[in-house]
Formats: sequence, C-alpha cells, structure tokens
Amino acid sequence: MALTNETIKQRLIEKFGDQLVNWEEPYGMLTFSAPKDLNLKVLQFLFDDAELKFQFLADLCVVHYPDRKGEELAVVYHIHNLIDNIRIRFKIFTDSTKPDVFSTSALYSAANWMEREAYDFYGVNFVGHPNLIRIQNVEEMEYFPQRKEYPLEDQSRIDKDDEMFGRGGSFAWGDKRATTGTMSEDDKMENNIQQI
Amino acid sequence: MHTTEHIKLPPGSLEKQTTSLNLGPTHPATHGVFQNILELDGERIVDATQTIGYIHRAFEKIAERRPLYQITPLTDRLNYCSSPINNMGWHITCERLLKVETPKRVDYLRIIIMELARISDHLICNSIVGVDTGAYTGFLYVMQYRELIYEIYEEVCGSRLTTNIGRIGGFERNFTNTAFEKLEKFIKEWPVVLAEFENLFTRNRIFMERTIGVGPISAERALNYGFTGPNLRAAGVDYDVRVHTPYSSYEDFNFTIPVGTTGDCYDRYLVRNGEMWQSLELIKQAYKKVQEFKGADAEVYHADVPEYYLPDKKDVYTKMEALIYHFKIIMGETNIPAGEIYSAVEGGNGELGFYLISDGGRTPYRLHFRRPSFIYYQAYTELIKGGMLSDAVITMSSLNIIAGEIDA
Repeated sequence: MALTNETIKQRLIEKFGDQLVNWEEPYGMLTFSAPKDLNLKVLQFLFDDAELKFQFLADLCVVHYPDRKGEELAVVYHIHNLIDNIRIRFKIFTDSTKPDVFSTSALYSAANWMEREAYDFYGVNFVGHPNLIRIQNVEEMEYFPQRKEYPLEDQSRIDKDDEMFGRGGSFAWGDKRATTGTMSEDDKMENNIQQI
Repeated sequence: MHTTEHIKLPPGSLEKQTTSLNLGPTHPATHGVFQNILELDGERIVDATQTIGYIHRAFEKIAERRPLYQITPLTDRLNYCSSPINNMGWHITCERLLKVETPKRVDYLRIIIMELARISDHLICNSIVGVDTGAYTGFLYVMQYRELIYEIYEEVCGSRLTTNIGRIGGFERNFTNTAFEKLEKFIKEWPVVLAEFENLFTRNRIFMERTIGVGPISAERALNYGFTGPNLRAAGVDYDVRVHTPYSSYEDFNFTIPVGTTGDCYDRYLVRNGEMWQSLELIKQAYKKVQEFKGADAEVYHADVPEYYLPDKKDVYTKMEALIYHFKIIMGETNIPAGEIYSAVEGGNGELGFYLISDGGRTPYRLHFRRPSFIYYQAYTELIKGGMLSDAVITMSSLNIIAGEIDA
C-alpha cells in the first residue's frame, strides 16, 4: 500500500497526539511542526517506524521570522521516504535568545554539516552536536549574518567611495570626463554627490 | 587493508608520531579551493579535517533582495560544470510556485540542454579522474566535445560557462538552425569519441588498479550521509530525481539508470559513463520529439507568463501592455504569490533542491539551496581514512566535488 499524506498524518497523531500542530499541505507536501524538545523523538520515530521509513534527510535549514515573538527561528527538516517516494516537511520553532535545539547528527550523518551551516548563519545551538563550529564564515565572526536584522546593503546609498570600481571617487575616470566636458550636468551632479 | 591498527603510540606518549599535511587551499590536485588537513603516518591517512568556505558568496542572503529572474545568475555559480541544470532547476521551482504550465516543446528543449550539461559535467569528472591516475590523453581528447556543447549553449543563450540560460516559462529565444546543426554534429560524433574514451580507461589495467576498491562507501552509509546522484547510484541505490519526481516531462522518455555495487571510484566512473550514454539517448529522443512539432507549434519556445516573461522588444515600443510588463519585470515590481515550496532536479552531482519561501513580497523571503556536493563532501574523511595519500586525491576527483557548489 502506498503511503499517502493522510496515512502519515494518522500514524503520527496516533503516536504523538495533539503535540504536533500546524498541519498543512503547501504544494502537496505534508508539513507540520512540533515543540522543539520533541524534534529528535519525532525524527527517530519517523526513521524507525516500519511503515513510515523516513530515513533520508534531504535538507535541513533555518528560517528567521523576527516578528514571531518567542519562536523567531524555525528549523526546517525535509525528510524523504525513498521506498514509497514521499517527502514531508517538519518544522520546529525556537526563540532567538536561547536557541537550543537537539542535534540530529547522531541519527543522520548528513546533518553534521547542515547543522554547522545552520549554526553559522542563524546561531541555532544544536545540543549534542560533535563539532559545532562555523563552517563557511571565519571563526572570529561574532554575529549570525543571515538573520533578518542584518539587511543587505541599500543599493542606492551614496556615502560609499566606489572608486575601485570606476564609478566616481577622487581619481576615477568620472573626473576626467568631467574636465573634458563630455559629462552632462546631471552626471556631474551625481559625481559630486558621490564624492561627498 | 584499510585499518589504522598498525599505528601504535606508546601509552601516555606526548610525542607526535604522525605528520600533518595541508592539501590545499590551492593545490593542483584538488581542482578547487578547499583545504584538507591530513594526518599522515608515512603515506597512510590517519585522519583528515576539511575546511571549506573560501569562495562563499552568501547567495542565499543576496537572493532575499532580488526578484526571481535576477536569482538565475546566482544559480549558475553553484555547480559551474553544469550551470544549465541549475538554471532550469530554478526556473522549474519558480514555475511550480507560480503554477505555470510549460508547453511540451519547451520541456523537450530543456531536456536537450540539461542532458548536454550532464554530459559535460560527467565528462569533466571522469576525465579528471583519468588525469589524477596519470592519463592526460583522455582529458585533452574529450575536451573538444565539451567545447562543442558550450558552442550549443552559446547559440541558445550567448554565454558558455555561467550560462543564465532560459527564463521563467521557457527560453529567451527560439533555438537557431545553427544550434540544431551543432546538436546534430554532436549526436553524430560524440558516441565514437565516448566509446574511444571508454577504451582508454574502462579496461585499462593501471586505471583499474588505481580505482577499484579505492574510496568505497556502502549503500547504507551513503544514504545516511545524504548522498545523491551518481555517487549514491555507484553504491547501488537507484535513486534518481528524474524518475522519482519527474519534471520537465522526463516521464515521456525511455532511459535506464545505471547503478554500481561497491561505491568505489571505479564504480563511480562506470556509473557516470553509463549516464553519459543514457543522456545521449535522451538527447536523441528529445530532438526527435522536437522535430515532430509542425507549423505554429514548432515556433513555441516559452509559456504565456506575461508577469515574468519579458515581452518582445518590438511590442515594448508599440504596445502599452507590453511596455508596462517590461517595466514591471525589469524593476522587479511583480509580487510573488505567497507560498512555500521545495523543488528538486537531478543535477550533475545529485539532488539539487531549492527551498523557496515567499511571503507575497517582490523577493523571496527565504531561499535555500540544497547543494549535493556540500552534503556528501562531509563523508570524505570516512572515505579516505586508512588509505594512501594518492588515493585521497583520486577519491576527491571521483566524487566530483565542486567548490562553487560547496560554498554557495
């Protein structure tokens, strides 16, 4: 019997009752969430259960929702049952001041680096991880750059000296053009603003 | 054979009896920017630590400020040996999010491009394994056919390595006759070259001795490590996204999935070679199907998605509606429907997934790339422990680890 979203949901509710919440099916993928201290239990159950057999961790990542107080960080697991070829998505939410979450690296070897990356960019502290250090960024970094409080640079800012890229600055080609008079008045104005 | 039992440190000894060796960050044998700190006992590897992130470019962060069409060039730079697959994977993700149906002809043209990309990816990988085992000839010989593949890309999209090919909904322009001529030339000449390439390696005594039993992984460990693609199939698991979750009309085609048994370098080589033959079959079938379109159908190269697909330039100058859409697309002023989607394609190295969350704004709220190399590179220590230093180099190239994909 092929596994369907409905049977998976029934099986999980039988086991965990109403602790699992937020049942959804966006674009056909069964999605649910659990309290954060239950993540390992749910994943272990999905792994071991003879019917469910969700043994392949396809993806693990973190999403930051700064507006949701007390559950700012969501850890998202995409798990795949390769035998019945069905995927589900499992989320847990944690606050960003004390983001302690149980590590799943003992269950899936693949989670080791994915959790390190999640820690590196969002600061989720995976309790029980064998080697939770930064993976992509430099070790001296003191913040978690993918959180929403670090916005990308505003592309319209003008206080920055861009001379290395040939756009304005004190001795860029922009000035030369200005002296030979090939520049329009608007361009000159912009050039002046950039120099300020 | 692969044990570390022979290393016996005296109990309580402070004396270090192993040698540390930095392989990388830039080493000609690693074919990319990553560092391996190896602990060596003589020439045998006792332990290894990988350092990655030298070319990390924060694509996931950048993508949070870009409209959908501006994210395509970012995906180019993941696995740059097969960027068209990454581009198509991204377009397919967007189309699934926007619920766009692409015409069959677009799907088939995409399959031609994706399978060419797969060939060029596997081609590099296998010929580099050859280089690392001491056979340079194969690499130089097949390179001219990668060049031909790049010329086909060039005819379609104008660029070669970082292709930015296609648009949401289809292609930026129809395939030219030159593109099809080059494709025909490729279909005609490539099998001869690939057969000759196989002659050089497959039953070559030196090549076999250097690769059989080197860097093996069991199916169970490979699955636990999140292996996908040729590396997983070499271990004996027939998981392929093209078959399991068909996209771009892969269900219309007949092809087989080559699998190995031992998961060692030789099996990975054989699986990649087998896949190149299958890709050629797919290209032939797709080209035949493309030729069957007649009349107006033969001119279709994109779906009708005015909010995301740039209108014809001549319409922009003459029609109000086209002008508005042109402006909205270029300025990134189209709101993306709110939703959450995970969509995967079979990339050169395995399951290339895009996890896209939109909150209804103009840019993704969050975009995560599931990069296959990043996930399976962590198994590298386990694969090379107890082996020889020179085997570690072959294992690395036969896993096809691409720095751009690891670091994103």
